[in-house]
Amino acid sequence: MEAIAVQELRKHYGEVRALDGVSFNVSEGEVFGLLGPNGAGKSTTVRVLVTLTHADAGTASVAGHDVRREPNAVRRAIGYVPQDSGVDQFATGRENLMLQGRVQGMSGRGLRQRTNELLGLVGIADASDRVVKTYSGGMRRRLDIALGLVHRPRVLFLDEPTTGLDPEARVGMWAEVSRLAEAEGLTILLTTHYLEEADQLADRLAIVSQGKIVVEGTPAELKANLMGDAVQVELSNGQIEEAKRVLAATGARPETVLGERTLVARVSDGGAALPGILGALDAAGIGVATVAVSRPSLDDVYLHFTGRDFTSEDRGE
Amino acid sequence: MSIARDTWFMTVRQARNLMREPIWIVLLLVQPMVWLLLYGQLFHNVTRLGGFGTGSYITFLAPAVVVMNAFFGATWSGMSMINDLDHKVIERFLATPASRIALVLSQIVRSALTAAIQAIIILLVSLALGVHIHTGALGWLVIILAAILVNSAFAGISQAIALLTRREATMIAVANFIGLPLLFLSTTMIAKTQMPGWMQMAAKFNPVDWGVRVARAVVLPGTDWSVVGWHLLLLFGLSVLTAAWATRTFRAYQRSL
Repeated sequence: MEAIAVQELRKHYGEVRALDGVSFNVSEGEVFGLLGPNGAGKSTTVRVLVTLTHADAGTASVAGHDVRREPNAVRRAIGYVPQDSGVDQFATGRENLMLQGRVQGMSGRGLRQRTNELLGLVGIADASDRVVKTYSGGMRRRLDIALGLVHRPRVLFLDEPTTGLDPEARVGMWAEVSRLAEAEGLTILLTTHYLEEADQLADRLAIVSQGKIVVEGTPAELKANLMGDAVQVELSNGQIEEAKRVLAATGARPETVLGERTLVARVSDGGAALPGILGALDAAGIGVATVAVSRPSLDDVYLHFTGRDFTSEDRGE
Repeated sequence: MSIARDTWFMTVRQARNLMREPIWIVLLLVQPMVWLLLYGQLFHNVTRLGGFGTGSYITFLAPAVVVMNAFFGATWSGMSMINDLDHKVIERFLATPASRIALVLSQIVRSALTAAIQAIIILLVSLALGVHIHTGALGWLVIILAAILVNSAFAGISQAIALLTRREATMIAVANFIGLPLLFLSTTMIAKTQMPGWMQMAAKFNPVDWGVRVARAVVLPGTDWSVVGWHLLLLFGLSVLTAAWATRTFRAYQRSL
């Protein structure tokens, strides 16, 4: 059975088209990543799925329940870890967890045990009776995740789980999420604008850009789709069109132009192709400033499928 | 059923946070104490004008200060909602089956409970100042009830404004805008017969004055219980109306998400 089924979701905020026909399915037990720059529509998709807001058109079901017709059944089946925490800062970690469990219908010993178990599981047991205001960013994020798990949901939504964490805490959080997914047998839908994060965590992922899903597959499939390595050549005096012709003659496939002077081409074996490419450019009198060969990364995947550079788009350039 | 349960859980959350910094309850009491101790002394001769029903101005003033304090507290009660909205606490609960009505009602209940606690403290201080509550223990209960109802009636409005504007600055402006006018258009500080005719008329429609009349009636001799009952009923009705309005604005907030 599909844990999440999304069909043709559309949503406007005023003039802004946030979702423009988003469709995807997530199977039970899968970790699915929605990858895209800020403002691509990932969070909006999640907010529709966790019943915080309605789509203008399209249907979605989570754990077998339609988000529009049976919102309370969905709410009982899901854990939601929002981008901006939502913890009560003036309460302790334990109080936050107990209250979350109570509104999910838990009580008594079962709830107390589950609270203790989770405080240990996410590693904040020592701080459990301190007010959240005193927590570090990483500790807060761990509490956020525990809040999403307290009632043993079947599907967990993690909206940008590591945004705002330092690199070390981020890697720690990845290990945490993988471990929890396994320990709790969860289906996880994760949104992120970190390519490495999607690569690390997701069994399958979809790239979202401008309210649409551009491509979907396992990280390995998406990379394999690019067929080969990327050779990135920065020209010293910007003869891009000439360089394209020269590269094509060597059997490389010129793909994208970055800025005014950098050309990215695909070859089957980067290391072997490089001497030939440099020789041909030299023979044609085209100066090369820098050259780099890379195995395909999700960055390349993003560039390949959207024609846009991930980092600059994320910064809103 | 789940409304009552969830309202209780949410009220406990807010009450516990408030208790963690009890300094706020004390700070909020500074103002009523100034009215009681300084203002009450300053104008102690005003009862000579007549119509006060007692020769002791402090006895006349104390029950009204309880109600006034409950009223002022209520005008600020939306701040806590704005804080919860800003920190996305409300959104987190909206992704759970928690009762939506409870999210609003608990704010009003917390506000009213604070007013009740403050009412008891102000009454204890009044007692120490020699105020005699003519109807005894029943009188205490009636005054506390009046404080609760005046508070919840205005807390409903404050919550609605918080949900509509979602801005602290607007909340402060509204609180200041309605605070003093409603205070002066009531018999809080002066006997009704000493007020200009048009103000006496306006006071009739002022819920703050309804509360003041109730609280004062049980303190002074010659209590007219029909006046007490009728105004408590009016305040209760108003509380229901404003709470309903606050819940409606909550739905508008949800649609805006």
